[in-house]
Amino acid sequence: MKKVIALFALMASSLSYAAGGGIHLDEHKTDLADTASLQRGAQTFMNYCMGCHSLEHGRFNRTAKDLDIPEELMQENLNLANKRFGDLMTIAMRKEDSKRWFGATPPDLTLVARVRGGSGDWLYTYLRSFYEDTSRPWGVNNAAFKDVGMPHVLAGLQGVQKKGCAPVSTGYDSLTGTEIMVDSCELAEPREVLYLAEEGQLTPKEYDNLVYDLVNFLVYIAEPIALERQRLGWWVLLFLVIFLVPVYLLNKEYWKDIH
Amino acid sequence: MSQQKNPIMGWIDDRLPVTVTYEKHMSKYYAPKNFNFWYFFGVLSMIMLVNQILTGIWLTMNFTPSADGAFASVEYIMRDVQWGWLLRYMHSTGATFFFIAIYLHMMRALLYGSYQKPRELIWLFGMGIYLALMAEAFMGYVLPWGQMSYWGAQVIISLFGAIPVIGDDLTTWIRGDFLISGATLNRFFALHVIAVPLVIVALVVLHLLALHEVGSNNPDGVDIKKHKDENGVPLDGIPFHPFYTVHDMVGIVVFLMVFCSVMFFFPMGGGFMLEYANFEPANGLKTPEHIAPVWYFGAFYTILRAIPHKLTGVIAMGAAIAILFVLPWLDKSPVKSIRYKGIISKTLIPVFGVAFAILTWLGTQPSSGEFLHLINNTTLARWLTAFYFGYFLLMPFYTRMEKTKPVPERVTGGH
Repeated sequence: MKKVIALFALMASSLSYAAGGGIHLDEHKTDLADTASLQRGAQTFMNYCMGCHSLEHGRFNRTAKDLDIPEELMQENLNLANKRFGDLMTIAMRKEDSKRWFGATPPDLTLVARVRGGSGDWLYTYLRSFYEDTSRPWGVNNAAFKDVGMPHVLAGLQGVQKKGCAPVSTGYDSLTGTEIMVDSCELAEPREVLYLAEEGQLTPKEYDNLVYDLVNFLVYIAEPIALERQRLGWWVLLFLVIFLVPVYLLNKEYWKDIH
Repeated sequence: MSQQKNPIMGWIDDRLPVTVTYEKHMSKYYAPKNFNFWYFFGVLSMIMLVNQILTGIWLTMNFTPSADGAFASVEYIMRDVQWGWLLRYMHSTGATFFFIAIYLHMMRALLYGSYQKPRELIWLFGMGIYLALMAEAFMGYVLPWGQMSYWGAQVIISLFGAIPVIGDDLTTWIRGDFLISGATLNRFFALHVIAVPLVIVALVVLHLLALHEVGSNNPDGVDIKKHKDENGVPLDGIPFHPFYTVHDMVGIVVFLMVFCSVMFFFPMGGGFMLEYANFEPANGLKTPEHIAPVWYFGAFYTILRAIPHKLTGVIAMGAAIAILFVLPWLDKSPVKSIRYKGIISKTLIPVFGVAFAILTWLGTQPSSGEFLHLINNTTLARWLTAFYFGYFLLMPFYTRMEKTKPVPERVTGGH
């Protein structure tokens, strides 16, 4: 018993370190019950990502059903390649071609949230960590994924981030309550940070929300059954708790004369 | 039951020993009445075996054992097959809980000397099950054909390459190809779903037959057959059925609560049961940053890595498993249970349990890391490896040397 407890305690303590890749990850408070968010995320994905990235294990009809999207809306506005409603969400670009064109095939993203640590944190950080780097083929690099091969597709929305010295918040003044801003290169531990050099179509807050929705959708599509799994889980546990009562009493009844 | 047989049972019993067998193994199998918590894990292992076999049968109905189709077919099961996700999670979570149950079952044997004379064969069959189970789990993990399936198989199979002279040919023979490929996947599928399960089931039958021949040990390690009543029933024994069937039911339901909590709410087990990298299809050209075996192989993987020389490492890993087989002959103690053993055994047995847990943990971690920010993982691994072998190799000496306590005539405590 002690062995198991120790093992689980050790396991739990490691989780926070799993799959981080070094950089601090911003938490993505995934909410799979927020259908509107998932719908917006699906919309962003189909419009900005699906040119290159497939969701080849998922289907249009299942996604539409889970996300409360009517069939006509899905087929007319989100199924941009005009596939049949029951088809897998593949793309037209062949893997051999994209490999030749880009140097690497843009990966299928059905399971990307599970690959990246089973949560949205890494993706949420990654999609907000592109910065200008003229030495790279697409002119951008990424703080969460060094020398990434992907261009910043959402740059038009976010704007252009640069990496360098910029004011960062170090807390609040205890008297006035105003935020104390210090240049990141003049901190006790000087570091370069990402800052917005050119504004995009969206404000930083709006962009964060857009990425939040997109990542919410990616977490959903990695395991569409997640909500149903948990819902069923409670019922199964409830059954077991109730079942335990007669089982326990039966055992007690049989054993009452054994000394 | 045997006095007033109904005619149908009588007819059958004249032709097939149904009633006799039922009595021998259930209603007139007398088990000590003082079983404690540790005695649940045998039946729990059985539950997990049945779970693996049943869910496995249904999984094979939709799984495609080919390099091109395996990965997608698992996702097909997860998404498009009715209840496929549940079967898959029951199977993947089941593997972990099978090993948890088996490890605790083995720990029980260690605590109460259940491997000692006359139960050596029970232990040997059990070790056979454990060995077959490791092979079964390893090959099963290759089947989803993710990155960790591929590279885990690469690491494990390459171990055979360390064997002098025949090593290279042997690895080619195991893989059925010059590298891990669809041929490997296909043969692992065949072995995983047919060959090894048959071996496991056969060994489980032998394990139980041997157990029921000599009778169960108990936390006191006393022989309950020494004191029998006028009918030849051990005074400290109670019929397995109904007493232990109703008793085990409680354990089973509680165990299922834990099992279901993990399966329904943490099916990836924080990356320990379904590793993150395994959600990426196998790619022979892209090595994952950190290749780690699934947790239940951790201890032996740590022993392998602790030794800087490959062949020696492989030998040490093999020896770590092999030494368990001879445990009944290493323990020279006149008493079975930890309760009556001397201070050295009393200390070393729990320490061994903890050491094994830490070795297991280290196997899942990069060897360059630090354990609890205290000690370098590799250094710790080496110390614990030394302890692991020392614990067994010195057992003949300290178990003979230490002063044991007198064993009571009858079981203590009862229920």
